[in-house]
Amino acid sequence: MTDPIIHLEDVWFSFNGTPALEGVSLDIYERDFLGIIGPNGGGKTTLLKLILGLLAPDRGMIRIMGEPPERHRTDIGYVPQYRTFDFGYPISVIEVVLMGRLGHIHRPFRKYSLEDRKIAEECLAMMDIADIADRQVDQLSGGQQQKVILARALATEPRVLLLDEPTNQVDVRTEVHFFEILRQLHEDMAIVLVTHDIGAVSIYVDRIACLNRRLFVHDSGEITEDVLAETYQCPVELIAHGVPHRVLKEHDREESP
Amino acid sequence: MIDILQFAFFQHALIAGVLISVACGIIGAYVVVKKIALISGGISHSAFGGIGLGYLFGFDPILGALVFSLASALAIGVASRKGGEHEDTLIATMWATGMALGILFVSLAPGYAPDLFTYLFGNILFIPASDLLLMLALDLLIIGVVYLFYNELLAVTFDEEFASIMNIPVQRISLLLLCLTALTVVMLIRAVGVILVIALLTLPAAIGRHHSTRLPRIMGIAILLGILFTFAGMWLSYLLSVPSGASIILISAACYAASTLYVRRKHHRTGSPIK
Repeated sequence: MTDPIIHLEDVWFSFNGTPALEGVSLDIYERDFLGIIGPNGGGKTTLLKLILGLLAPDRGMIRIMGEPPERHRTDIGYVPQYRTFDFGYPISVIEVVLMGRLGHIHRPFRKYSLEDRKIAEECLAMMDIADIADRQVDQLSGGQQQKVILARALATEPRVLLLDEPTNQVDVRTEVHFFEILRQLHEDMAIVLVTHDIGAVSIYVDRIACLNRRLFVHDSGEITEDVLAETYQCPVELIAHGVPHRVLKEHDREESP
Repeated sequence: MIDILQFAFFQHALIAGVLISVACGIIGAYVVVKKIALISGGISHSAFGGIGLGYLFGFDPILGALVFSLASALAIGVASRKGGEHEDTLIATMWATGMALGILFVSLAPGYAPDLFTYLFGNILFIPASDLLLMLALDLLIIGVVYLFYNELLAVTFDEEFASIMNIPVQRISLLLLCLTALTVVMLIRAVGVILVIALLTLPAAIGRHHSTRLPRIMGIAILLGILFTFAGMWLSYLLSVPSGASIILISAACYAASTLYVRRKHHRTGSPIK
């Protein structure tokens, strides 16, 4: 097997003494489509921020292509959780998407080249939003805004796409369309999808991991209810497409460290 | 109106109004979209400490203001990023401490403090010709830096997290913006004084934001409005023999209120979102 693009080894992280992640190890390979599920507050977003070098682990090692995150994080397409910034900012769609190029411009003052603009326009076309390139982001629907954020991530020409609850605020039709786009993108890049929507995960992902401070990776291409139950290692109230689920109990290993 | 245009002091004031408005419009746009109006207020009030120091040791108070405002901009920039103290507590502390130091220094300075009122509330009609050159230099500096770092400033003010992932030096760009704000504040002190700076810095850009969704256009509108407000304020000041700084601010505030009402009514009619 080739070297992993992203490698985490025994990563620990805590917020002001409150443990958020404990002993997390994870490898993400070239053709992965990994779904990370888990309860809210289980550390999903924290894990992504550690991978991106936005947070530093208390212990353990994080590598992107064999080097510390800062070096190659520009090759990761990050789709943050919906509305983590001000959509009212006076900025157009194309300007937002162009920002995905900034990590690859090493000239002083980072002015965009024609090539950068071409790539940004291609990403808009790929997301089917070329017609709204000059609109202000606040004037768009939730689904369109989410596509803009995905287009910005694609403009980085990523090797891995990290998505944090990408379909949280969009309607079901947009969601299905969104996952179809991800399926196509998966032909060119690895995808890590953080979600609490088990229904969506079970259709699209190759591997699944459950995160609740500790990470349980399940190396299986096929996701059955048995596999899910085993992954969660706890009773899952309900698993159905598009229906919210609830985890009732923490992992057994949680209680006996 | 025409006859006073012949006076050199009035011509200087008009030129100063234009020069101030350029800096004010460009930096004010960032202050408004990045929501750092209170930080700007903290910077301008702490500048008063430097003004007092100038009186105490007999150097140009504006030089003291320059040093104090830059220092406070850097302090707030670094401290708020390091976490710990809440940012608004820090700003409030800086705000009051600067004023307290200024008053203390002025009281320790020998004799009577001339023009102290001017530094507090400004007087654009008494700007010496030598200051105009300094203002022009600051304008050119601000235009140059914003032009060169435009993409970085946009990325950092829009989405710090993504800018970090793109390996943009977020901390340095934020400090750069705060330093430019400090320079603009010092220019504005001449016109409207430390206490009123915050209004002239934010109101033209805030109105610009009502009427445009593009940053460069907001800057343009803010510059034009800044010129309009300072000219109108000066004219009113001349006409009614009232302080120019206060006139400028009151005209700005009235226009901002009118613009807000206009946008709200338009929103009611069309159902488009309020900016």
